[in-house]
Amino acid sequence: MTRVLLDVLGTFGQVSLQACRVVGGLTLLQTRILLAMFPPDFDYDETVRQFFKVGVKSVAVVVATALLTGAIMVIQSGNSVQETGATGLVGWATGTAVLSEVGPILIGLMFSGRVGANNTAELGAMVVTDQVNALRVLGMDPVRYLVVPRFLSMIVMLVLLTCIGDLFALTGGAIACQAILGIDQRVFWQSVLDSHLLDEMTMGLVKAFVFGGAISVVSCYFGLNVKGGAEGVGRAVNDSVVTAAISIFVANFLVTTIWI
Amino acid sequence: MTLATGFMALPRNLLRLLGETVVALVLRPPPWRTVVTQMYNVGFRSVVFIAVTLGFLGLITVYQGCIQALKVLPDLSMVGAAFINVMIMEFGPTITALMVATRVGSGIAAELGTMVVTDQVEALEVSNTDPVEYVVAPRFLAVVVMMFVLTIFAILVATLAGMVMADLRFQVNPHTFLTLAYVEWGDVYIGLTKVFLYGVSIPIIAAESGFRASGGSEGVGQSTTRAVVNTLFAVIILDFVVAGAAFIIRMQFE
Repeated sequence: MTRVLLDVLGTFGQVSLQACRVVGGLTLLQTRILLAMFPPDFDYDETVRQFFKVGVKSVAVVVATALLTGAIMVIQSGNSVQETGATGLVGWATGTAVLSEVGPILIGLMFSGRVGANNTAELGAMVVTDQVNALRVLGMDPVRYLVVPRFLSMIVMLVLLTCIGDLFALTGGAIACQAILGIDQRVFWQSVLDSHLLDEMTMGLVKAFVFGGAISVVSCYFGLNVKGGAEGVGRAVNDSVVTAAISIFVANFLVTTIWI
Repeated sequence: MTLATGFMALPRNLLRLLGETVVALVLRPPPWRTVVTQMYNVGFRSVVFIAVTLGFLGLITVYQGCIQALKVLPDLSMVGAAFINVMIMEFGPTITALMVATRVGSGIAAELGTMVVTDQVEALEVSNTDPVEYVVAPRFLAVVVMMFVLTIFAILVATLAGMVMADLRFQVNPHTFLTLAYVEWGDVYIGLTKVFLYGVSIPIIAAESGFRASGGSEGVGQSTTRAVVNTLFAVIILDFVVAGAAFIIRMQFE
């Protein structure tokens, strides 16, 4: 009995220490990123390359996710619409849910899987093959050369991708409305326009800004702290996506409660 | 190898791997002990992660739901019923599956990818052991079973968190909040169908991606990334397909 209790306490302590270490490391990395940005002193060419890599390569996956998300939310609200007959509310319900909550979260999760995991894998492989140490030997700061370009590009690109995603989510909703619910899509669009969703959309974009920052810091932290060979890289990617998912949900809660 | 052939090859590879796994499970069931170990890895180790994410999801859904409901009419008595219905049908299974895909899917791909690039899979084949039977089958069984357990746990956590939010912030009595008034058996079946399909697809997609790893540490990283994206996207597609099909079938009956 006491052994089980000690076991549980030990696990609890281990998890808490690990969490403290990660949060501390993330804060330190964030501070160093901000120090490198003000005054701006980081690699310009690498930043442009990252903008292209992060943005253009995730467009397809974000568009597909957004189309399906809008359609799913329309089908969900369709159940209650069938019972009450209030077809004018579909656009309002879908628009609010997609623009303010579900859209940013799902796009953020996909972005974390596509870009964040890729970033951790890339940085991890560089650490394992001593390329990061080589940078240090050449007198180049890895934060200024590698991390800041990724930080900037992920923030800017996730906000822009969420703009595109919002449009495609509403489109997907309209298509599902016509094809599955059998309601004319003009009713849907009119209902979206009538519900004054600018506030919700702005909140969604603020969330995208926060998620982009969180995903980049988390993925860079786990990428730069890889230990061991191939196995270490795999484990780092795993840790990175898990931590990014937690930070997305916590940040989502904080932004919503502060905003409203 | 063009993009189109890649698109054609992926479903075929996935179906073949699924078939091989099921056949291996039926003909040569893995030892009970390995399955239990995998269940511990998949289930118990995800409990804290799922509790945190779904807890925050429950809080925020009730918060938004109450605020939006107050815009229409000042009555919050049905918020709990609607919330529990959405949790059982939609958010419970889907968000849990997204979390399992991130944690377990990337874990399986990383593990298998490491085995491939360090030639452990070839070593298995040399010693006349089928890697699908030895590595994939126990994980597959563990994920399928644990998806049900984790989803039920997740719905409970989210409902508790939502109940606390409704009580403290919006003064909705827990007695009023906790009601199954809007839940029909059909909703439960839809949720369970989703859970089963997610549980089947996540380990297969992740394992397929892990088997395709090549090169050193870079290859493992790439295959893990691919596994995360593919499993997340598969969950969203399956969600859409099941929700759409269920809606159309319901309309036929009414």
